[in-house]
Amino acid sequence: MSFSIKKEGEVVVVDVEGQLIVGNRQELKQKVLDELEKGEKRFLIDFSQTGYIDSSGLGVLVSLSKKIREQGGELRLANLNDDLKTLFELTKLDTLFQIADTRERALGSF
Amino acid sequence: MRTVDVEIPSDIGQIERVVDLVQRECAELAYAPRQVSLNVPVALSEALSNAILRGNGEDPEKQVRVRARVDDRELVVEVEDEGEGFDLTECTSHDPTCPENLENEQGRGLFLMQRLMDCVERKRSPEGGGNIVRMTLRRAS
Repeated sequence: MSFSIKKEGEVVVVDVEGQLIVGNRQELKQKVLDELEKGEKRFLIDFSQTGYIDSSGLGVLVSLSKKIREQGGELRLANLNDDLKTLFELTKLDTLFQIADTRERALGSF
Repeated sequence: MRTVDVEIPSDIGQIERVVDLVQRECAELAYAPRQVSLNVPVALSEALSNAILRGNGEDPEKQVRVRARVDDRELVVEVEDEGEGFDLTECTSHDPTCPENLENEQGRGLFLMQRLMDCVERKRSPEGGGNIVRMTLRRAS
């Protein structure tokens, strides 16, 4: 499991490879907060290479969403597979996040 | 019938390995892909992180034991820690999907376990001292 961060235009794109769970959620949080600290405002988290997400992982996404909004920024999610969509629907977090089917659509939505 | 019986230290870094073991057994017995890739890993991760973080307080001296029995009818998995336990009814009376709770960072673990498994029960270890969470998932194919 790892995270890679790169800039696509004005957007910081984070790829989550493997699981997003209690064991690595702080690493994701810190990487995004570091970028926020540097003044970045637009964030996209891409889940095309993600396995499963536990409640801690979901919690970190909620927390990051709040922090980014408080700084006047925006967070989008993209490429949730059917399992991840189910997880977001079960927890009703699909109503909290802006979720795009593809990376391109997410990037175009800012 | 296939079984998994492992004991791990109270280290969240161990969760993925244990989840992988149980997932493999379910896949071998042709459980539905959704169960193998969503229900089992998420619910088991939650039970393990509860046991390690809350039950054992990440005390390196304390262990978590996982016993799983998988057959073509159901998966029964028990996660045992050395903690005091908790009141399952009280913990699950909180609804994380209410609008006022939606932006809370925590509080979705037990909710997900109950939504993703057919049955979640808590009991004291018959050997004394431990707390066991037992989850059952009927096989779908």
